[in-house]
Amino acid sequence: MGFEKFGRRSFTGITKTAKFVDLLAEGKVEGTVCKQCGAKFFPPRSDCASCLSKEMDWFEMPKKGKLETFTIAYYAPFGFEKDCPYTMGVVDFGDIKLFARLASDIKPEEAKVGMDVSVRPLKYEDGQMSFEIIKA
Amino acid sequence: MAKDVAVIGVGQTYFVRGYEGSIRELAFEAFREAMQDAGITQKDVAASIFCSAPEYDKQRSPAGVLAEYLGLIPQPTFYIETVCSSSSSGVKVAYSMIKAGLHDVVVVLGFQKMSEITSAESQERMGRGADIQWEAPFGTMMPAYYALYAQAYMAKNGLTHEDLMNVRVKSGTYGQTNERAVYRKGVKPADFDPNNPDARMAGAVAWPLRVGDACANADGASCVILANAEKAKAFSKKPVWILGIGAASEAVNMAARPDFAKGLSVGYGAAAEAYNMAGITAKDIKVAEVHDCFTIAEIMAYEGLGFAPMGEGKQLIREKATYKEGKIPVNVDGGLLSKGHPIGATGGSQIRTIVLQLRDEAGPMQVPGNPDIGLVHNVGGVGLYGNVTIFGR
Repeated sequence: MGFEKFGRRSFTGITKTAKFVDLLAEGKVEGTVCKQCGAKFFPPRSDCASCLSKEMDWFEMPKKGKLETFTIAYYAPFGFEKDCPYTMGVVDFGDIKLFARLASDIKPEEAKVGMDVSVRPLKYEDGQMSFEIIKA
Repeated sequence: MAKDVAVIGVGQTYFVRGYEGSIRELAFEAFREAMQDAGITQKDVAASIFCSAPEYDKQRSPAGVLAEYLGLIPQPTFYIETVCSSSSSGVKVAYSMIKAGLHDVVVVLGFQKMSEITSAESQERMGRGADIQWEAPFGTMMPAYYALYAQAYMAKNGLTHEDLMNVRVKSGTYGQTNERAVYRKGVKPADFDPNNPDARMAGAVAWPLRVGDACANADGASCVILANAEKAKAFSKKPVWILGIGAASEAVNMAARPDFAKGLSVGYGAAAEAYNMAGITAKDIKVAEVHDCFTIAEIMAYEGLGFAPMGEGKQLIREKATYKEGKIPVNVDGGLLSKGHPIGATGGSQIRTIVLQLRDEAGPMQVPGNPDIGLVHNVGGVGLYGNVTIFGR
């Protein structure tokens, strides 16, 4: 339980990585790292794809990355229509990447491939938790 | 190259919006045509495989229902799914069963009746073909995913909106000649002009992709009948042999994807495996069907398949090299952009086009010069699954 709080709209409520939502509430965007082999994952996993271990720790995502790519959605899937248009993108932090929406204070025309960005937690007015890409 | 498994029959329905019938009736149309093409009856068929994207199906476990309607019981039947490449995956499984000696003749039937749900619902379901735990909660959908690739690719490789438009213009050129296509109007630059109030294709969907960069949903079915060498020679005057099969997969989550500017990794992986199995290179391909669910996808496919070096796919469309008279004709049946994209039926439709090309039976779409080797490139999801199948006379 608890994971139904993640996202603008949730599709699944139960996962062993539900602590991610609690971490967001504490102001942290975290991935998981394998205690045995050190492999890092984002989004978080509760099992290591490299060495099969289930011993995972949380680690805080880096703060400085570059916007590798983005798109501006002018149409939205069912349940997201009121948010249009919104921008989504991929941040490359060097050794790990992240997918999210860009913060609404970044105007669509301001978004550029390669721009310096960061990430922060986001709480929607209805209480849903997420994270967003912000200007560095 | 081994000639162990052949296509002996192909069939396809008209791809339409709002098919006036049930999925079993839709499937039957493609099946009837393929059976008549092969000149066989149901007692000749040893097994059947049904392929679709299940999120559109109201019927649970459709294989049994469809096998019964097609008169293919009590032979074994089952279901295969890799979203948009489901029927290519079905053909791969059929090939494997025949090659292993389990069955001698296998029917692969791909179908999709997308019209029972709205376009927005359909987009949401396609979005759920991506990661519902970590990505769908942001409001993702298929055009947005391909737009992520387009944005990075265009920034790095100098691909322009005009290039993308010209992919659609080519598609329209051939869509007009394909009576089975859902979109049969020609496409001209004015259709993409934002200053033209009548422009049908200029509106942004998921920037940088516009309406005209995307294929349309459609209802349709396709059928491919495969046989071992003995049965193929007995039944068919013009068997078309499977020379190579390649497949690959990639991380579903965009955060785990390699360089977006390099295109879909599964295109490269599946092509390398298929070329290796067939013992040929890209230069040997005389006609190809590639997965152009979006215009950018066709450009990326050129590179994955080795028709152009990485980053240089734009040159092929600028030089019209992928037109019928060009050095490597691609999607001369209009592709997904004009035919429409009934998910589970698409791979089988692409295979049908290549089989007809190699039999010199493609009518107004026929590539000149008696093409002897053809290729099908069929991608599932946003480069989640890649399938390349090579066919020869």
